[in-house]
Amino acid sequence: MKSFKEYIAYPYGLWMLIFIAVPLLVVVWFSFLSNPDFKAGVYTFTLDNYQEFMDPVYLELLYRSFLYAVIATVICFIIAYPLGNLIISLPGHRQNLMIVLMIIPMWVNFLLRTYAWMVLLSGSGLISQFLGMLGFQDVSLLYTQSAVILGMVYNFFPYMLLPIYTSLKKIDPDLLRAATDLGANHFQMFVKIKLPLSLPGIVSGSMMVFMPAVSTFVISNLLGGGKYMLVGNLIEQQFLTLNNWNFGSAISMVLMTIIFLVLGIARLITGKELDTGGQLL
Amino acid sequence: MKKIFRNLAFGLILLFLYAPILVLIVYSFNDSKIMGPWAGFTLKWYVMLFQDRYILQALYYTLIIAVVATTVSTIVGTISALGIYRMRSKLKRPYLLLNNIPVLVPDIVMGITLMSLFIFAGMKMGLTTIIIAHITFCIPYVILAVLPRFNRLPENIFEAALDLGATPRQAFWKVLFPEILPGVTSGALIAFTLSIDDFVISFFTAGNGVSNLSITIYSMAKAGINPKINALSTIMFGCIMVLLILINIRSEKGIKHIQ
Amino acid sequence: MKKILLILLLLCLPFLAGGCGSDDRAELTVYNWGDYMDPEVIAQFEEEYNCRVNYETFTSNEDMYVKVKNSSDTYDVLVPSDYMIERLISEDMLQPITKDNIPNLANLDAAAQDLAFDPGNQYSVPYFYGVLGIVYNTTQVTDPVDSWNILWNDKYASKILMYDSIRDSMGSSLKRLGFSMNETNEANINAARDALIVQKPLVMAYVTDNVKSLMASGDAAMAVVYSGDAAIIMSETDNLDFAVPKEGSNAFYDNFVIPKNAQNPELAEQFINFMLTPEIAAKNIEYVGYSSPNTPALALLDASWSANAGFNISKEDLARSEIFKDLPSDVMDIYNRAWTEINVSK
Repeated sequence: MKSFKEYIAYPYGLWMLIFIAVPLLVVVWFSFLSNPDFKAGVYTFTLDNYQEFMDPVYLELLYRSFLYAVIATVICFIIAYPLGNLIISLPGHRQNLMIVLMIIPMWVNFLLRTYAWMVLLSGSGLISQFLGMLGFQDVSLLYTQSAVILGMVYNFFPYMLLPIYTSLKKIDPDLLRAATDLGANHFQMFVKIKLPLSLPGIVSGSMMVFMPAVSTFVISNLLGGGKYMLVGNLIEQQFLTLNNWNFGSAISMVLMTIIFLVLGIARLITGKELDTGGQLL
Repeated sequence: MKKIFRNLAFGLILLFLYAPILVLIVYSFNDSKIMGPWAGFTLKWYVMLFQDRYILQALYYTLIIAVVATTVSTIVGTISALGIYRMRSKLKRPYLLLNNIPVLVPDIVMGITLMSLFIFAGMKMGLTTIIIAHITFCIPYVILAVLPRFNRLPENIFEAALDLGATPRQAFWKVLFPEILPGVTSGALIAFTLSIDDFVISFFTAGNGVSNLSITIYSMAKAGINPKINALSTIMFGCIMVLLILINIRSEKGIKHIQ
Repeated sequence: MKKILLILLLLCLPFLAGGCGSDDRAELTVYNWGDYMDPEVIAQFEEEYNCRVNYETFTSNEDMYVKVKNSSDTYDVLVPSDYMIERLISEDMLQPITKDNIPNLANLDAAAQDLAFDPGNQYSVPYFYGVLGIVYNTTQVTDPVDSWNILWNDKYASKILMYDSIRDSMGSSLKRLGFSMNETNEANINAARDALIVQKPLVMAYVTDNVKSLMASGDAAMAVVYSGDAAIIMSETDNLDFAVPKEGSNAFYDNFVIPKNAQNPELAEQFINFMLTPEIAAKNIEYVGYSSPNTPALALLDASWSANAGFNISKEDLARSEIFKDLPSDVMDIYNRAWTEINVSK
């Protein structure tokens, strides 16, 4: 492949510098300012924005966001891993069809799908009526923690399924057959071969679910009814409603730092870069 | 037995994924502005949809943005992935790190910072800015999808093709490209999905009469989602389903033919 | 998969080719609340004045402010509410209206004019107004609804919808305690906050959007809403009524304004004048449902409108209500902090 030189990646490198690095530096810079007045050229450097975030009220929000995101990620994994295995057991063209069927709902607008969930979950909705028939009276799932987590699972599930499916597909069936021939039972085969080989897919799927879940504000707003504020809501509020971009930037920086730390740990586990599943389709 | 279990599992997961879409379809025929109790069958939302120029315009912009952003980011992303694959210098790690940032940064931060940048550069908000923004958040996903494909290629596959007498063009299109194609298509698919669904970044980078469906829907939230939007979603969903069925029938026929 | 993408691309092509190319008609950029104007009326304006209207929508005054203030876009007509108009005026972002160019101003009720946020209506022209109140289900709510206290009645636990906005939720709590909607005293604001924290277990949700369907389905027994939303819900559903608490409430006025940097101020004034024509105003009322200061338009409406408590607001209710003021940022910080604490509380 020596015919290709690395400089063909440079134009996009320049693009990234302009549209990713510069804006990011602006956020970093903003997060260290207090009430700047740019027109007058007045701004003071401060750590106040970070200090403000160390308030128990905000830390509680951060804790809640992480808790919900972790629960959503685990549920996605519990559904997606066996499902990925089932899809693998289908004939080739059926696999593609099944994967496409799982993606298509995402082409219907995200907000609309979430509104539709609100209809389904409300006290007079189908799910409550079904539960009512089973003897649970008057259960309204809408505006509960469960609804928020369900929204996360629903919206980010495909991001978990695709990388897991891809990594499972990469496993050579001969390897599994060889293991059986050599006397491995199902459990041994799973723990010693399947799980380690699909680990990169699991880790990148988990990251792809965890990251949007931890910073979402639309899902918690719509399905939580404003009762389960997350750190994403706090950021949105600072930027949009309160016009306090400095504090908003500081919160974003804290969130990003933690995400990078988590990512570092994920890399330690797999020893690989983030991989969204190159073998898909 | 195993097959029954498998089909049951698929059925349940598809029910979960499609339940809200069925709700949208049902309400697009409901004779009430409210997504509440059933008030009778009507087609009036479909009629009104085609009279509402602003929704149709938002649809047009959504599609044009998604198509341009997907095309550009797929091409640029693939070329850059090839360059990254060849990178042996210390540049590779910071390059990939920078590339991962849009995946990691909350959308709202991306949106606000891009908006600030466009204002600073004196650009007028509109189709150009929103497309630039979409390209910026789509390329990283394309690279993440294509790069592993390059990493698994035999080291000298391209040169081997040249040695065997292929022209560079043939070697690229006939040997290299088919190898990375699955990565390219999944990258394009992810890019298209992200672009069509994005609200937050679009909100900050759109302007001058350009707005996509997400922005239109979000701004309706206060007054309640107009059923015209449900009608539009039903039509779009129907088109995708018909396409999928057609393609599937064709490929099933193809397989029988081979057998 | 490749094929799907290809066919999708082909499907999109007619759209790309058929897209509205630039034409040489004059352009007018309007930034309004979502679903706050009948699209037919805009088309009619375009036809009569041979121009093209770029119509954009926003969800809240704050969203609009962030965009208008920071973006490089220019708008010709905005529709902000009272306190936001006050802020825009104080930041010198609006241009005075030339009243001679808007003869239809004569159609407007004097009560909606010359208010504190824009004395003499130098900068703004009334479009719709309304008042914050409680819409309730008459079969589920047996007590009289005449006070904000009903929102603290645990008989209706998990059946109460609050309005998801700092100023409105805090405002109703402040009013209940006998303070002003525009309270600036920290101790009073905190008292209102504590009351809302006590109330939180009774609240089904803080929402702005889903109220209509939850009230229609009976999932919620009462909701804090703006009168116009109540009007639409009541026109679609039976057994609902609307009341403005006796302690007083928030009255709001959404007016047309023209930003200083508007590209086409003459056309903007023609647009505003057009919207004040009785027939056009009546069309917008039927589409939007909010109360209109356009007296001749009211005469054109179906009789059911005047019987609708959410549309036909009494003079007394309006007189008891306060209009929001644009509070200084240090006071807003207290409100914001209080709101976050309410949000985080269990």
